[in-house]
Amino acid sequence: MTEKHRIYLDHAATTPVNQEVLDTMIPYFNSEFGNASSVYSYGRTARIAIEKAKNTIADVIHSLDSEIFFTSGGTESDNWAIRGVMQANEKKGKHIITSTIEHHAVWDTCKKLKKEGYEVTFLPVDGDGLININELNEAIREDTVMVSIMFANNEIGTIQPIEEIGALCKEKNVLFHTDAIQAVGHLEIDVEKMNINLLSMSAHKFGGPKGVGALYVKKGTRIGNLMYGGGQEKSKRPGTYNHVGIIGLAKALEISYKNIKDESKRQLELREALIQGISDNIEEVRLNGHPTKRLPNNVNMSFKYIEGESLLLSLDIMGISASSGSACTSGSLDPSHVLLAIGLDHATAHGSLRLTLGETNTRKDIEDTIDALIPIVKRLRNMSPLYVKGEQS
Amino acid sequence: MTQMYNKKVMEHFSNPRNVGEIENASGTGQVGSAACGDIMKIDIKVEDNIIVDVKFKTFGCGAAVASSSIATEMIIGKSVEEALKFTNKDLLKEIGGLPNEKIHCSILAEEALQEAINNYKSKIK
Repeated sequence: MTEKHRIYLDHAATTPVNQEVLDTMIPYFNSEFGNASSVYSYGRTARIAIEKAKNTIADVIHSLDSEIFFTSGGTESDNWAIRGVMQANEKKGKHIITSTIEHHAVWDTCKKLKKEGYEVTFLPVDGDGLININELNEAIREDTVMVSIMFANNEIGTIQPIEEIGALCKEKNVLFHTDAIQAVGHLEIDVEKMNINLLSMSAHKFGGPKGVGALYVKKGTRIGNLMYGGGQEKSKRPGTYNHVGIIGLAKALEISYKNIKDESKRQLELREALIQGISDNIEEVRLNGHPTKRLPNNVNMSFKYIEGESLLLSLDIMGISASSGSACTSGSLDPSHVLLAIGLDHATAHGSLRLTLGETNTRKDIEDTIDALIPIVKRLRNMSPLYVKGEQS
Repeated sequence: MTQMYNKKVMEHFSNPRNVGEIENASGTGQVGSAACGDIMKIDIKVEDNIIVDVKFKTFGCGAAVASSSIATEMIIGKSVEEALKFTNKDLLKEIGGLPNEKIHCSILAEEALQEAINNYKSKIK
């Protein structure tokens, strides 16, 4: 395996830190190690770098610098946005609307709030994973505080009609949070135009380091704390600044957006080649998620009669890293809630494979992956009691 | 990810023994469900009370495939009575252990085999 060329196709899980990002971060580990809250020069250097980072992020998403708050990552951003807003706005009501395909950071936070006495509407999605804007309109009540709908789905890549959702929320005077963890670094985002009140992001999904993220909170939004402590981030998010991580996040974001149009187009072409190649060469496969309203780097397909973990193991033996919505890969008996929400039966959901592209993937990687998949699927199907050649058992 | 399983499990996953079906099998057992992500089907051929051949087909994870493969190897040549005593513990010992969340795969192999033997017994009654 060490000799073999490894192909990494799991960029939705995490990305390697970009070399330029790493080089930018390194001095801040030791020579510029100061606590950003201190007054002396070491601290000042760190603080200036943090302010610059806020400015970089604000430029990308079209917000104010003061609307950016740093966190420990996507999960904290999602938890904070939802819990913080719901708790701070109880006077208005205790109702929140979300969707059935959210990441667990949103989904489980909402389920916990429900146990605590809040009311949650889980909006269904169609077969492509899209919410229906009319259904959202009907779900909004007098006591609805916020709507939390993800920008783009981490498993099936479907991109929601964010601008329409934002416009509706604005009209109905409801706050709009979006988990944009898979979208930032890959899609154009304009919180002003899209009427977004809160937006979560995570650095390691776009070439930044792990353990750092941000939450955009529109000026004037009432939000409580998850944690209490020092005066950092206007006392809203206390804790010594992870300035190394913050600097890495901003640099990675800057690099991603410098070249976003070309890179997006390149990945989209590779995505289409991968989908086409698999569909042309392997029978009884289906594409999960919307065919066009989808992340440029996301391919999610189900292979009938076989199980995802076997598929992943077989690919791993060939040096290819991917992921699956199969239960066996998650430690539970149920397959992915996202795949079930778009209407897949259990067996088809267990047989799903997610391939997510990144900057370093080439056309040859795509061809090699298709070439590897063809015999793997054939072998596993021949081993499957569900598969009877030429007919469906 | 291959690190999750030991060498023997990976070897049986990569080169499973006795995959297939037996025509006019003496007994067949199928357990599990697509909903849970594991289905195991075992065919046995019995001659003079000895299990002379076993074949399997499995829809499932790496541990399920390896468990089926190793179970077939362990059972061939055994008498029906001996085979009935076979448990997942024997299988786990032979395979060198499975991750905790995969123990149920070895139980499925035991159950599929027991069902195949019961099916055989019900036919000869």
